[in-house]
Amino acid sequence: MGKVIVVTSGKGGVGKTTSSAALGAALAQNGDKVVVVDFDVGLRNLDLVMGAERRVVYDLVNVIQGEAKLAQALIRDKRLETLYLLPASQTRDKDNLTPEGVEKVITALRKAFDWVICDSPAGIERGATLAMRHADVAIVVTNPEVSSVRDSDRIIGLLDSKTMKAEQGERMEKHLLLTRFDPARAERGDMLKVEDVLEILSIPLLGIIPESMDVLRASNVGAPVTIADNKSAPALAYFNAARRLKGETVPLTTPGEKRGFFGKIFGRKAA
Amino acid sequence: MNLKRFFSRSASAPAARERLQVLLAHERASSGDSDLLKTLRDEIMAVIAKHMQVDGDKVSVKMERGASVSTLAVDIEVPFDGGKKAA
Ligand SMILES: Nc1ncnc2c1ncn2[C@@H]1O[C@H](COP(=O)(O)OP(=O)(O)O)[C@@H](O)[C@H]1O
Ligand SMILES: [Mg+2]
Repeated sequence: MGKVIVVTSGKGGVGKTTSSAALGAALAQNGDKVVVVDFDVGLRNLDLVMGAERRVVYDLVNVIQGEAKLAQALIRDKRLETLYLLPASQTRDKDNLTPEGVEKVITALRKAFDWVICDSPAGIERGATLAMRHADVAIVVTNPEVSSVRDSDRIIGLLDSKTMKAEQGERMEKHLLLTRFDPARAERGDMLKVEDVLEILSIPLLGIIPESMDVLRASNVGAPVTIADNKSAPALAYFNAARRLKGETVPLTTPGEKRGFFGKIFGRKAA
Repeated sequence: MNLKRFFSRSASAPAARERLQVLLAHERASSGDSDLLKTLRDEIMAVIAKHMQVDGDKVSVKMERGASVSTLAVDIEVPFDGGKKAA
């Protein structure tokens, strides 16, 4: 039985889709069988970030409405043979996601994969609540910025009340993934520090992903950053986060503590 | 950081531009419900369903949307008694 993970945040643009693709690929690079599910019905983007946008035949809504079998809708990654994508629909809206339909799909995926990673849409409505509904583990993606932290706090509340786990009186395992972190700005005091965010949200830290041009480059070419540039700072941070997800103890380092010569010139962080 | 890695890179923006042009050309066309590939897919599937019971696991449909040419590949495993439509 695989583990179901929801990648969620409340706020949009914080790095959920980027993280779903990067963590999914990192786990698959390790040989695990992974499916990443796009729950952002109407505004799908995971296909684009993973470079599968030209190959989408069927989507999650087609499967839920019985128009396609699950096996037909799954797209296998061209680079990693244990990585699959279940795309969202672009043309229909979130009302097409029914709780029963989602449950059926997740149950089937859980049987066939080691990891089912659900990329949640922004907001706290139907799409987001259905994406978290069957999760065993939640990854709360947060930027070190006031509105993102506030929205994450709200989402943590929903994870503890609106999920199957919560309704069955179990505890939802939650991890914080701090993304788009800029150490220079944090040092200058212009950005919330890691400790600040941890203290406010009080859930364990899965990783810190630095703000990096490598993420943009990866999305330009349509590859998760852990595949596009597996030596880059964000890729290394995602690899470590994936290992922690698997239960390994990996010491935490704040990325790019020092800015090297080239870092200064090109505005990039030294790895 | 690794200098060789840095200098050997080519710009990624042209790849992004090209991917988007192809994707959006298809998506804009399909918003008027004229995605040829999707129409073909649906009609082919309907024809197949008329003649045999469609077992979803035995039909694989693959599409690849290109800039000037797209491909649609429908792969069907037809059983010996596939001609009989199970009602
Ligand atoms: N670590 C990062 N460094 C730089 N840009 C990032 C990083 N993480 C995400 N981004 C960028 O932020 C934007 C939003 O990311 P995305 O993953 O789509 O967020 P969400 O799914 O939460 O809306 C994208 O343009 C993405 O490339
Ligand atoms: Mg997203």
